[in-house]
Amino acid sequence: MSHHIVSVQDLRFRYPDGALALDGVSFTLHHGESVGLVGANGAGKSTLLHHLAGVLLPQAGAVRVGDWPVTRSTLSQVRRSIGMVFQDADDQLFMPTIEEDVAFGPRNLGLPEPEVNERVADALARVGAAHLRKRASHRLSGGEKRAAAIAAVLAMGPSVLVMDEPSSNLDPAARRALIGQLRAFEHTRIVASHDLDLVLDVCERTIVLAEGKVVADGATRELLADDALLARARLERPLRLQGCPRCAAARVRA
Amino acid sequence: MSRIDAALAHLGSLDELAARDTPAARLDARAKVVATVAFVAVVASFGRLELFRLAPLALYPLALAALGDVPFRPLALRIALASPFALGVAALEPFLDRVTVFVLGGHAVTGGVLAFATILAKFALSLGAALVLVATTGFDAVCAALERLGAPRVLVAQLALTYRYLFVLADEAARTVRGYELRAPAGRPDLRTATALIGQLLVRALARAERVHAAMRCRGFDGRLRLRRSARPGGHDLAFALGVAALLVVARAVDVPRVLEGVLTGRGG
Amino acid sequence: MSDALVSPAVGGALWAAAAGTCAVAARRVERHGDERLVPLMGVLGAFVFACQMVNFAIPGTGSSGHLGGGLLLSILLGPDAALLALTSVLLVQALFFADGGLLALGCNVVNLGLFTSYLAYPLVFRPIAGAAPSRRRLIAACLAAGVVGLQLGAFGVVLETWASGISSLPFRSFVMLMLPIHLAIGVVEGVATAAVVLVVRRARPELAACAAGGGPRSLRSLRPVVVGLALAAVFTGGVGSWFASSRPDGLEWATAHAAQGEVAAQGGLHDVLARAQRAVALLPDYDFRAAAASEESAAPPRPAWPAPRVGTSVSGLLGAALTLALVALAIGGLRLLRRKSRPTR
Repeated sequence: MSHHIVSVQDLRFRYPDGALALDGVSFTLHHGESVGLVGANGAGKSTLLHHLAGVLLPQAGAVRVGDWPVTRSTLSQVRRSIGMVFQDADDQLFMPTIEEDVAFGPRNLGLPEPEVNERVADALARVGAAHLRKRASHRLSGGEKRAAAIAAVLAMGPSVLVMDEPSSNLDPAARRALIGQLRAFEHTRIVASHDLDLVLDVCERTIVLAEGKVVADGATRELLADDALLARARLERPLRLQGCPRCAAARVRA
Repeated sequence: MSRIDAALAHLGSLDELAARDTPAARLDARAKVVATVAFVAVVASFGRLELFRLAPLALYPLALAALGDVPFRPLALRIALASPFALGVAALEPFLDRVTVFVLGGHAVTGGVLAFATILAKFALSLGAALVLVATTGFDAVCAALERLGAPRVLVAQLALTYRYLFVLADEAARTVRGYELRAPAGRPDLRTATALIGQLLVRALARAERVHAAMRCRGFDGRLRLRRSARPGGHDLAFALGVAALLVVARAVDVPRVLEGVLTGRGG
Repeated sequence: MSDALVSPAVGGALWAAAAGTCAVAARRVERHGDERLVPLMGVLGAFVFACQMVNFAIPGTGSSGHLGGGLLLSILLGPDAALLALTSVLLVQALFFADGGLLALGCNVVNLGLFTSYLAYPLVFRPIAGAAPSRRRLIAACLAAGVVGLQLGAFGVVLETWASGISSLPFRSFVMLMLPIHLAIGVVEGVATAAVVLVVRRARPELAACAAGGGPRSLRSLRPVVVGLALAAVFTGGVGSWFASSRPDGLEWATAHAAQGEVAAQGGLHDVLARAQRAVALLPDYDFRAAAASEESAAPPRPAWPAPRVGTSVSGLLGAALTLALVALAIGGLRLLRRKSRPTR
């Protein structure tokens, strides 16, 4: 297995209604990296993530996941490596109970039932949701649903985690728990988020998208303090990097 | 609208009850489903005026509920709340059939009243059995059982997904209507407004269906929804099945109340 | 169609018909449908359920109604998938909301699902709408299909009620009442369906193909109808005759009423109207205030009824009470046992 877990080369994509979503995006994710993906609404973050998971196929350029190029014929292999957590947890929890949802992936992989059960228990434990096993999804809070969705993805044993706005609709406590989980994962992960403080906490590298193009790709702490860059991308500094109101000194946690 | 909200809330809580570890929950789901279907069929097979012969059948839903630690009062409330809407025409029976059937404590009981009571009893028994089934089995297990029992795969997948998204879409509908109400004169929307609202709901539903499909494919979906495979039936399940079968056969074949009465009056003198 | 109106024989026969039709539809969907259909069917089933919660005022009358959704499903999913989706909605409604009843479920699937998906949609909607209907054509097609579908459904209710022999509503009056009412309801359903399809078409033009096509096409789609009706006929013939012989009361009433033919009376008509309205489980929220008011004010002369068999009823009462007492005892004991063995919190 190559060390370049995910590589994207000159990716272009235009939606059926004519909107140009991605205009030549290129980058490479390395094994074990934790990368943030930031940008304004409509910059192309979700579209890019969908390409990584094979939900959309490139119209020009190429996406490689491990040894596989992402094409129609390699989709099943790609999906074993990539675990995507969608923005709306309700779209991802479609079985009557959490247990069935988390078991959905392993069952589709054709695993025997005892192993399916093991994976379900393991995945739920990793997100701290073991007590939700028998619950019905529509009765859960936003944070619980998010945790369950993550467990459902983890149960497939992916090597790369792709997350689209994971902290949206979470209350502060749930958000803090999520940050803890993300920091604990060893997977290669790419997290698209408006929550720049989360990105600062969780990702050492950040890619900035604007109008379908990569405008910056580097260390999170530097990028998110570059005011000119942020302004071009319609972003702001995360709260923690904004000046203290009293002494105007930037507060950066060690 | 509020009736449906309340019903949905109760339905949701039924699943929660099934998640606990009770003797009823441990029974094989297929056995419970078959038992419930047979039960409803037997209840339906009784005649228009055969109120009293229904009495022994109350044992099945009540026993299953007791074994499943299902609280009786919310269940009874649910049935009571649902009954006016289900009875419809039956409510007129007392007015239609005025022929006296028997006299009770000085009051004449007409066929109409008896028929009405019979319909009420049948309804309570059937709905009760269905609710207890979900409360002790959980909807997902019921779907899995249906599939194992031979129901078409697509229909079972359909049931599971519809059930799952019922609550989500009903919430959306409620919010949309509320959004309308807050900006509208009192009363219901006219046809044009309503179809606009429904159209929006539909567009959103279609978009959601696409996202769900994407999520399913990301987790390896290939067109076939795989549900849990239950363990092989054990001794308890067999005992349960035999017990229910015995109850149904006896209740149908023998006029139990009459027999009991014969015993009582025989003894009494 | 509600449980109160249908006899076990008719209910059972229609159940068999509905089950057979669903099995055929399911097999066709599994063989021809693509995998997108599964989540789409599920979500749209939930959608139909939810949109039945949106009540609107019907212009001209004082009543309200809601979209049934059968025709809409057929347009979006194709007849086979639409039948299955609608069946799942009816099943959930019958099981948990007591809308319609479990015994009458087969009847409802046939009246609301089968007639719309396999008769109104392919025979009325598709020919009028064609491949890519203009706005006018779409409205005309929906209108026609809505009316036809609901007329067939209403007629189905009348036939099933009459065959069951439980209610005292005379056939002719029932028909004369149900069909005109459902003509109006069909118009509303057709117009509403067309309006919704137009909204979707404008918002998501790539689904325009769906609006006209909706899945694999073949006019051999009539086969499920034939299968279903054949099953119903066989079942009714076999089971129905067995029931008829053991339950003379049902036939007694039917013949007695055919002989009397009394409902020409003014009061009787209102009475029948109110009863019919309440029997229309097709649209439970339609309320006809005028009818209700006149029902209260009229004093209809009641026809004489044939006497049911009296003998057995009285002696059952005491025994039933005794039975219930025994049951209560048993249940009480069970709960006590459970409470003892439950782990304390």
